[in-house]
Amino acid sequence: SPSEHLDERKPHFGKVLIANRGEIACRVIRTAKKLSIRSVAVYSEADADALHVKMADEAYCIGPAASSESYLHIDKIIDACRKSGAQAVHPGYGFLSENADFAEKLAKAGIVFIGPPASAIMSMGSKSESKTIMSNAGVPVVPGYHGSNQDATFLAEQASQIGYPVLIKAVHGGGGKGMRTVHAPADFADALASAQREASKAFGRAEVLVEKWIERPRHVEVQVFADQHGGCVSLWERDCSVQRRNQKIIEEAPAPGLSPELRADLSAKAIAAAKAVNYVGAGTVEFIFDKDTQHFYFMEMNTRLQVEHPVTEMITGLDLVEWQLEVAAGNSLPLTQAAIPLVGHAFEARIYAENPRNNFLPDSGRLLYLSTPTPTTIFAPSVASRAPADPGAALTPRLLAESNLHVKPSIRLEQGFPEGANIGVFYDPMIAKLVVHARDRPEALRVLRVALDEYRVAGLSTNVTFLWQLAGNENFCRGEVETGFIQKHFDELFPRLEDPSAEVLAQAALFVVLSELTVAGSSATPWATMGARHFGGDLSERVVTLQTHDEDATHPMEPTSIAVHVQALPTGHFSLTVHTPTGTHAFADVSARLVDHGRAVESTTGGAKTRTTVVRQHPPASATSTPGSTSAVQRLHVFPAGSSAKHTLVLPAPAWVASLAGDVASAAGRGVLRAPMPSMIVEVKVGVGERVESGQAVVVLESMKTETVLRAAVGGVVRAVGCTKGEMIEEGRVVVEIAEEEQGN
Amino acid sequence: EVRPCRQPVFPLRYCRRAYHPSILPSLISTTSPEFAEKSKAMESLVADIDDKMATARLGGSEKARERMRKAGKKLPRERLSLLLDPHTPFLELSQLAAHDVYHPESIPGAGIITGIGRISGRECVVVVNDATVKGGSYYPLTVKKHLRAQEIAREHGLPCVYVVESGGAALPHQANVFPDKEHFGRIFYNMAQMSALAIPQIAIVHGISVAGGAYVPAMADENIIVREQGRIFLAGPPLVKAATGEAVDEETLGGGQMHSSESGVTDHLARDDEHAIAIARGIISDLGQAGGKEVPATAPEDPLYSASELHGIVGTDLRQAFDMRDVIARIVDGSRFREFKKEYGTTIVTGFAHIHGYPVGIVANNGILFSQSALKATHFMQLCSQRQIPLLFLVNVTGYMVGSKAEKGGIAKDGAKMVRAVACADVPKLTVIVGGSYGAGNYGMCGRAYSPRFLWVWPNAKVSVMGPGQLSQVMTTVSKDPTKHSTLKEEIEEQSTALYASARLWDDGIIKPTDTRDTVGLALALAARKRGTAGGVGKPLATWDGGNKGFGVFRM
Repeated sequence: SPSEHLDERKPHFGKVLIANRGEIACRVIRTAKKLSIRSVAVYSEADADALHVKMADEAYCIGPAASSESYLHIDKIIDACRKSGAQAVHPGYGFLSENADFAEKLAKAGIVFIGPPASAIMSMGSKSESKTIMSNAGVPVVPGYHGSNQDATFLAEQASQIGYPVLIKAVHGGGGKGMRTVHAPADFADALASAQREASKAFGRAEVLVEKWIERPRHVEVQVFADQHGGCVSLWERDCSVQRRNQKIIEEAPAPGLSPELRADLSAKAIAAAKAVNYVGAGTVEFIFDKDTQHFYFMEMNTRLQVEHPVTEMITGLDLVEWQLEVAAGNSLPLTQAAIPLVGHAFEARIYAENPRNNFLPDSGRLLYLSTPTPTTIFAPSVASRAPADPGAALTPRLLAESNLHVKPSIRLEQGFPEGANIGVFYDPMIAKLVVHARDRPEALRVLRVALDEYRVAGLSTNVTFLWQLAGNENFCRGEVETGFIQKHFDELFPRLEDPSAEVLAQAALFVVLSELTVAGSSATPWATMGARHFGGDLSERVVTLQTHDEDATHPMEPTSIAVHVQALPTGHFSLTVHTPTGTHAFADVSARLVDHGRAVESTTGGAKTRTTVVRQHPPASATSTPGSTSAVQRLHVFPAGSSAKHTLVLPAPAWVASLAGDVASAAGRGVLRAPMPSMIVEVKVGVGERVESGQAVVVLESMKTETVLRAAVGGVVRAVGCTKGEMIEEGRVVVEIAEEEQGN
Repeated sequence: EVRPCRQPVFPLRYCRRAYHPSILPSLISTTSPEFAEKSKAMESLVADIDDKMATARLGGSEKARERMRKAGKKLPRERLSLLLDPHTPFLELSQLAAHDVYHPESIPGAGIITGIGRISGRECVVVVNDATVKGGSYYPLTVKKHLRAQEIAREHGLPCVYVVESGGAALPHQANVFPDKEHFGRIFYNMAQMSALAIPQIAIVHGISVAGGAYVPAMADENIIVREQGRIFLAGPPLVKAATGEAVDEETLGGGQMHSSESGVTDHLARDDEHAIAIARGIISDLGQAGGKEVPATAPEDPLYSASELHGIVGTDLRQAFDMRDVIARIVDGSRFREFKKEYGTTIVTGFAHIHGYPVGIVANNGILFSQSALKATHFMQLCSQRQIPLLFLVNVTGYMVGSKAEKGGIAKDGAKMVRAVACADVPKLTVIVGGSYGAGNYGMCGRAYSPRFLWVWPNAKVSVMGPGQLSQVMTTVSKDPTKHSTLKEEIEEQSTALYASARLWDDGIIKPTDTRDTVGLALALAARKRGTAGGVGKPLATWDGGNKGFGVFRM
């Protein structure tokens, strides 16, 4: 029992190294600070200015940008531990967090790994092994074949026995790679080959397993915590069903629509699973929950602190990182199962650099502008802990306890990057996590939507608007979640984008005009300060040309051209006429000025005074030389006040700029191939002097986990190769130059 | 009773006036029927001028504009607006030049747009050919307007940008365009001398630039030509064919590609109008010392009283007297005017003020000029000259006093002192004719012949040797043919109007009374500029002999 250990409580470590970056590194450092534990950050060369480096007490550079050279480099991290004198390492999530080798090497070096024993990591790292262990421990698993026979015919037979539809899944790996759903026996062979190929490429191992495919599954997971003394508790479940590209996007706790019995059963099975591998520390037992049968099956166990741990913290009022440190120090769990509360409802929305309207394709680039809702809390606000009740009711907290009435809505922001940071170029494209907590689910969703309204990002595509749409979706609000949610409600989640209103266009044009004005008005002569006085009844008129920008691959539309005529009146006010293909709107006598350090325009276009944030994005310097590249234009990101809408408008370059760029391109020749985006060189398929045919693949790039093949536009001989395998390159870099062969002779 | 200053406009003006002695009071009654009547009359005159200017701004016919647009060209005023810094003023000159002069032909603005505007942060004189008006060809007044713009550039040391698209001299008018001193050739003479004075000469060739016109880009220090659009040659294909038998197309003969790559007549090859203008803006931003340097003003302050009241104060009937101090109060910073010799020679008002932050000495009429008034003005101009304070003349003068008493008092001698002071005051002078400018009063109050840096007229202004009434009376006594008397009076009346004068470039344009402060402010800022100098030589001389200025930039 906990009281036995009370008098022999072990002290915390004096110094902890965080072998991670981004928001999770910042998250761990915050708890360390709270507990007066010294924190040590490690960083790659690309992260020299990162937030976690600034927050930590000490920081060590551990190598170049590529993860394999830095954050995944075990020796360098152990070296940083030695140099700093850190006694323990917190691995965060991702990177080395579930690397048994790392845990072992740390142990050998006499450094504490804040996580489970290497054996537990290893057992849970293999999907087939973990399922066997679970079956033996009485935890239900999905019917399937987890054996080593990888013969295609044999696996097809197994699939037929299990019954279609089936799922083919890589034994080693995760993140949705090497996974295929097969609905009919005829498709099995192809799907198998493709899954094996992907698995061997991604994880170096081609082994797969075959499982029953559940038609309407939910993803429900239980947060467990175990200490070194055999104690193990459940911190209740989370629902992470709504996913895109097999990755989580929004998580909540508790899972909606679970009966107390089911909750108790899930927790009991999760605890059993943890105990089966002598688990220590924070872990998550993931279950597939069949919506139709209400059965759940063990899927896997994540032997780390999860991205979505804050929702659990919010409903329990606990600090899981603090618990991790407590357990790692050798102390027993701070609370017994019966004392662990479950108060209110929490959501976490992951804000990613990605384009939801283009199959959630990840985006990367600079956080040009970042404005967030004001967080009300840093850690989970404490909630009333449950009085130890009878042990029988330990796993059934009363959900609508009186304490729920006193839950104040709170907003918590977990972010690792300030404005100006580069996102997703080398690492994960997650920008931040927005966590809310309120007395019940509807209230939490309302808080979430308002917070998303206020979350504004420019510089790269984000899923903020999508999350906002999702959080307001009728089915989602009813708790009708399942992993196929996005596909099922696709049309509701992706309504046709509306063109910006005339008012928004007028405000964008005013921004353009006013920002030019501030540049000119530098000195105190009337020539600079008088404004656009033309005398004799003439009014200075500026025509601002704008184009709508279509990021929507779902409903592709031709960009519309808009001309806004802005007349400067002698009074200092403006008169605007907006010409769109659908009509003309006039705004007479508008007063306007720039506010918020030139990042917002305050105007009276709609009669009332409104403030619209506008962020100007210049094209990257290298982009001008690639005509036709959509990144070679200036963009305006317009955030109308009081709305989650964000409009991106293009300021088209004058015709002569395009004409000059065209010349540069043709001077360089069609044989010059440039990187269309910042990316990593996966493969260089040609060498200098080699002959290539038009259309031949010459270089394979990877950007944001997606491969792109660059093909020769002309036939000829390779004159130069400007990249090497494994190199990170910037947009516009010449990768291959081909000397074009004369045609026809 | 002192009322608290709560609202910004009315209580403020009274409170401040109560304790600041140099603030001019406003004693006019804006509700009187006289004020309303005068105001109405001026407003309709202003509206009429506005209409005429709006028409002139359109340039040539819609057909001609459409032709330019179809050819992918920007219209002349679009070029101008792209050239100027956004959201900066443009001080356009003589918008109504050639108005009703070449009847029945209409030559709006004399087919050329001239003015001063800001390009890349520097004030420049801009001369834009309007190709929608007779293909941009030069009528006599076109030449005069072009030369006047150059004169302003030279006096202020302002870089010149010529936006060229012109067929050269209007041949039917060649006798009044080509041969004389102040005719076409003077344009290039000016360009050469200004270049030697380190006043940059930049030309953009947007279209045809032929014969004499070809020398504008050729004489420029640095120029730009638009590819497949701008053409420079001394003789076009038909003339070449006639002269030498050579058959050649325009592009080969004088296109941008040829001139930029072979002849070296042009320096920069642009893709289109917009590109050419962008290059020109780049050139201006790189002018270095030659671009001159602005002198910042002290913090400007709005006048206390509304400029719109000027209409009702002055009106359009010149026989109705008004106090020029009421005009000054609506033009100068904070309505502050430190008057000089207030009690002496009261028909002239002299004193110091600021406009848009620049100091200025004001000489203004408040009636007939007597000996005392002339002496006072002379004294004041000497003060300003000594202190290097620019002079502003606000003109409403019927002339110097006549009659035996005045003559005995030596009015001719005293008037001559004033004229001499005006002619020789070594400071920039600005003239605004707000009423009449008659006879020798025109000389003493810095008329066109006295080379003010700028001379503007209000729409109601009258300029002639004497009032039309007097003039016809005089004519009656001198001439014996009574049939001519009535037509003569009408003729004189028409010829003395602001519109008539402005059409003939006797001034730099008609300005609205309400624009006076801003117009003068811009001019004072120009006058305050420090100019760029060539070879470290100081002030330019009036004549070229011995100036030792060199040759300017030769096109190599």
